[in-house]
Amino acid sequence: MIPVRRFDAIVVGAGGAGMRAALELARANLRVAVLSKVFPTRSHTVAAQGGIAAPLANSTEDNWHWHMYDTVKGSDYLGDQDAIEYMCRRAVEVVVELEHMGMPFDRLENGKIYQRPFGGHTQSYGSAKMAMRACAAADRTGHAMLHTLYQQNVRANTQFFVEWMALDLIRDPQDGAVVGVTALEMETGELHVLQGKAVLLATGGSGRMFFSSTNAFINTGDGLGMAARAGLPLEDMEFYQFHPTGVYGAGVLITEGVRGEGGYLLNKDGERFMERYAPNAKDLASRDVVSRAMTTEIKEGRGAGPHADHVLLKLDHLGPEIINQRLPGIREISIKFANVDPVREPIPVVPTAHYQMGGIPANYLGQVVAPEGASKEAIVPGLYAAGECSCVSVHGGNRLGCNSLLDLVVFGRSSGEQMAKDIRALPRPQRNLPKDAGEQTRARLARLDGATSGERVAEVLNDLRRTMQAHCGVFRFPDDLAEGVRKMKAIAERAGRTFIADKSKVFNTARIEALELDNLVEAATAVVVSAEARKESRGAQARSDFPERDDQSWMKHTLWFKEGNRLDYKPVHLKPLSVDTIEPKARTY
Amino acid sequence: MNRVEKQKLKWKCRRGLLELDLVLEKYLDKYPEDAELLPLLELPDNELWDIVAGRTDDYDPRLSAIVARLRAI
Repeated sequence: MIPVRRFDAIVVGAGGAGMRAALELARANLRVAVLSKVFPTRSHTVAAQGGIAAPLANSTEDNWHWHMYDTVKGSDYLGDQDAIEYMCRRAVEVVVELEHMGMPFDRLENGKIYQRPFGGHTQSYGSAKMAMRACAAADRTGHAMLHTLYQQNVRANTQFFVEWMALDLIRDPQDGAVVGVTALEMETGELHVLQGKAVLLATGGSGRMFFSSTNAFINTGDGLGMAARAGLPLEDMEFYQFHPTGVYGAGVLITEGVRGEGGYLLNKDGERFMERYAPNAKDLASRDVVSRAMTTEIKEGRGAGPHADHVLLKLDHLGPEIINQRLPGIREISIKFANVDPVREPIPVVPTAHYQMGGIPANYLGQVVAPEGASKEAIVPGLYAAGECSCVSVHGGNRLGCNSLLDLVVFGRSSGEQMAKDIRALPRPQRNLPKDAGEQTRARLARLDGATSGERVAEVLNDLRRTMQAHCGVFRFPDDLAEGVRKMKAIAERAGRTFIADKSKVFNTARIEALELDNLVEAATAVVVSAEARKESRGAQARSDFPERDDQSWMKHTLWFKEGNRLDYKPVHLKPLSVDTIEPKARTY
Repeated sequence: MNRVEKQKLKWKCRRGLLELDLVLEKYLDKYPEDAELLPLLELPDNELWDIVAGRTDDYDPRLSAIVARLRAI
């Protein structure tokens, strides 16, 4: 028998969204368990630098209507306008609440929260005047938020299960309701069932699927894998945001400031290729233009290095003084992660995956929704999703800067509120668990533990990451995509035959890595299959063969299902909650 | 260090910041059994990165040897 523990609510993931939801539940005097693979304050939320968007109007005139307009436009009109209105209307409230919890925001002289401008945030519905909307705690906003939320949870007596990895959802076959999760306690290697009346997935992104990624190693799409294996779809996974200049082989970002100070990109022939793609702006063209040009150079055989798979960022001509004074940290990053001193040599760089816009389909109350019968959005009882692992969808085809931290707290809170409400409406006793609860997980573990030969986890992971980078990166070509779908199918089959040499139970990290690979396989398959099928360019999906947005055929959300690699589609919510629809138009900045 | 201690050390090197993941992974390749790393791993990610990247020398002086090794990675 797998041991069972019972709670009112289970939260999987202890980043910003999971901790905000947990706080809501704990404050409602519900018994809440938060599971996290790593210590909560080591969640990837800690890496968010820029800020959290909220129209406080402390420095410039601002209001939620303008914020909403910018977010809809930024999404390339794929965002659901009801959810976007909900998020922008609650932004001020959640930021003030964080302030009251003690989050150390930067201040103006009058004591109000300091706000700075950020790309894409404007006044008066896209005018040339920038809105100062980003609230920040130096360049450590995510860190400050995560620590604040953790402390509040400790105070509210949230129960944390640290170094516990959730593995699968448990659904009641009668009505599909989610009634708990299986989880591996790393300390003992034992499998447990955690039963709850409401389960929230808040496991973050899956950026480790790309060879070049800014994401920490923990971002393996665990909640996405759990949802997919439980028969639920993943929405709009083809939309992945990239930065043009990550250090080749490491993923650590080189700020755009380097090009702003006069640094420029070279191909293997030493040609300043941006002059061909953007004769005026050259290396200062927008992120997507630069990323596409870099990919084209690499694809046409002009990439640098033994694999001809990156380009070079030259800044030695700026001289050591400018590099040291105006670009602090760049020298140490390139020496540490690229093994080159930029004072003498160019830095190898490549477009680098950063943020997943798609995820587990949820509405703005955090309830997971999936097609059932005539409905494309039937509520899955007992299951909720928030944060980067979810697709609400407020980011649509592309996310606006500073809206990710906002997403975490707004939808972390709304999920927590909804979960508390739903739990109170249910009968007091827990349902009986299905007879085979946990068997799916037990079978996965038994296969892994029983295999004495097969594929090595690290090799399959490496092939997956290289395949995704080469076939489904920032600029997508039809032949590559088709080949990518074929290769990912083969990789998924290999992932089903992995083996680990270390069969020990207690703290076996090789076992954890094998289970993480299973999750990445689901997420990556969803990305490449969805991208291959979407015959248009919109937001972060840029295709060479369909360079334009096609609202006639493609203003719809993709739903990918693991079973049969099947796709379905559902309409975009064009109707906001209380205001008029923001009509699609060409997205220019 | 026994197997479990080594594995625990490895898992504590899983961080929220990619920069630390990369440095600590390389460090463990070179020094897989360095228990002196443990007190540093208790620090919040950004504080630890500031120390590793040499942006601050504000740390317990008893850790100077391990910090020097980390910075040399």
